[in-house]
Amino acid sequence: MNAIPPEPLATAPAVRQSPMRLALRRFLRHRLAVAGLVIVVLFVLGAALAPLIATADPNATSWSAIRREPSATYFFGTDENGRDVFSRVIWGARASLAAGFLSVAVALFIGVPIGLLAGLAGGWVDALISRIADAMLSVPFLILAIALAAFLGPALENAMIAIAISASPVFVRLSRGMALEANATDWVEAARALGNPPWRLGLLHVLPNIIPPLLVQATLSIAEAIIAEASLSFLGLGQQPPAPSWGSMLNSAQRFLTQAPWLAIFPGLAIFLVVLAFNLVGDGLRDALDPRSEKR
Amino acid sequence: MLRWLARRFAQIIPTLIVLSMLIFGLQQLMPGDPAMILAGEERGDPVVLAQIRAELRLDRSLPEQYLHWIGNVLVGDFGFSWRIREPVANLILQKLPVTFQLSAMAFIIAVLIGVPAGILSATHRDTPTDWVANGIALFGISMPNFWLGIMMILLFSVELGWLPPSGYVPITEDFWQSIATTIMPAFVLGTGVAGVLMRHTRAAMLGALAQDYVRTARAKGVAERVVVWKHALRNALIPVVTLGTIEFGRLLAGAVLTEQIFTIPGFGKLIVDAVFNRDYPVVQGVVLATALIFVGLSLVADLLYMAVNPRMRQA
Repeated sequence: MNAIPPEPLATAPAVRQSPMRLALRRFLRHRLAVAGLVIVVLFVLGAALAPLIATADPNATSWSAIRREPSATYFFGTDENGRDVFSRVIWGARASLAAGFLSVAVALFIGVPIGLLAGLAGGWVDALISRIADAMLSVPFLILAIALAAFLGPALENAMIAIAISASPVFVRLSRGMALEANATDWVEAARALGNPPWRLGLLHVLPNIIPPLLVQATLSIAEAIIAEASLSFLGLGQQPPAPSWGSMLNSAQRFLTQAPWLAIFPGLAIFLVVLAFNLVGDGLRDALDPRSEKR
Repeated sequence: MLRWLARRFAQIIPTLIVLSMLIFGLQQLMPGDPAMILAGEERGDPVVLAQIRAELRLDRSLPEQYLHWIGNVLVGDFGFSWRIREPVANLILQKLPVTFQLSAMAFIIAVLIGVPAGILSATHRDTPTDWVANGIALFGISMPNFWLGIMMILLFSVELGWLPPSGYVPITEDFWQSIATTIMPAFVLGTGVAGVLMRHTRAAMLGALAQDYVRTARAKGVAERVVVWKHALRNALIPVVTLGTIEFGRLLAGAVLTEQIFTIPGFGKLIVDAVFNRDYPVVQGVVLATALIFVGLSLVADLLYMAVNPRMRQA
């Protein structure tokens, strides 16, 4: 055994590192996560600047340029109506990313307060909320989203509502669990003893502490929501033609697999890349925000 | 054990009641009048509309409608399909074996890829083997399975001509032909679950390898192979078995798109066709059946956990 080192009294770093800075540094050291973030940023820029980047009107048909192979004029080729696939993929990023970000934002907005309420109120409120969350979680995510979208009617907005509702029970369960955990700590007990009402406890004392796991789950949920939107659009329940979306492009590409395989390759590649990127960021955030998780 | 089961059921039953209410409530989201949809050409005729409303009990109050519906569901009557004029339960029972075959094959593929990859990456932590295994897992999780399906058809059916691009032959009819029509969809369906299983196995193996009994075994001079395969793996597989059972339920959801792409007449195709035909009782029936299977599977997962974990038996 080595001798016990003396207490490091004066050796504390001169500049104290806040937990957020430490987490950021851990994240930036995670090379794949940074790569994921770069891809996400590129897609967001692509979607935002679609009018500038797209080389053609995504909906302009041309009977003289039907199912052209990828070339210098048509980077990703043209589809069965002579529309430029590259421009449609760029514009399609809007539907996918909007579905990803907005539906998860709505799911957070529904799920977190309800979960906090369940965790902090306890009793029958908790029992009721937990059973509803359990019931929704017992239907696989995609089937629930398809059923909701089917009953709401086919439209991108409805698909987003369906995805948001389907994604919310995960956040209910997560924030309920975290609220229960936080509820048992001394500092929440102290805050309660000082006479803080439950909503204040939830908002000021519990919520800030559960942001890291929520952020990780939200990132992974965005990946899932993007796949779900593409799936719903593929089935004709999301973005309606002729507006471009990756899912519906894949659907019509299926009919021309032998003659025009590029129609199926590029929209799918876009979905894969953006989902992969969000998963990489989510994994990196998990490692960076949870010091207990394994060090890489 | 019995007390545990009783507690578990005390949780499941209210969940199922809430679930049935939610599924019943789906109807209320529907734009328009179901009687109008059903009447078709005769939608202008008030007599026909009234008749349909009476038949479907649409003229009753919501609680009455719900009680009637749930009463039927409890005796296995899931209602009538609006389009095919057949009981929904029959349709589900017809399609279920197809999806079950597909899911079982997908699950076998997922276990064959995911579990060894997880073990290898845990025992070769931070080596290229680990990175490759993690890469495969990430690929499986991020790959939208409908795109993978289309790409595989492109490669194996269009380019190479090795496998049929679509269709389905029942296993009772021609075993090898049945395998040929389902192997590609099963692989597509299994990749996502393989990735999840790999991650679970890796984490569980890393946990087990860090335990004291593994250190003891190594200190005693037990061969590393025995340490990994006997001491660590047996303990690591306990949570993997449970999670694997739950993942099996997720295959049902994945089957929706996979069956659509490979035109396999299963459960997933049933719900998609029902969505397009606005055949709402079938949609409700499929959602309900999926949820029941899922709840059943999580019960099985808990029982399996008790069966494979000796520590749980006394509890």
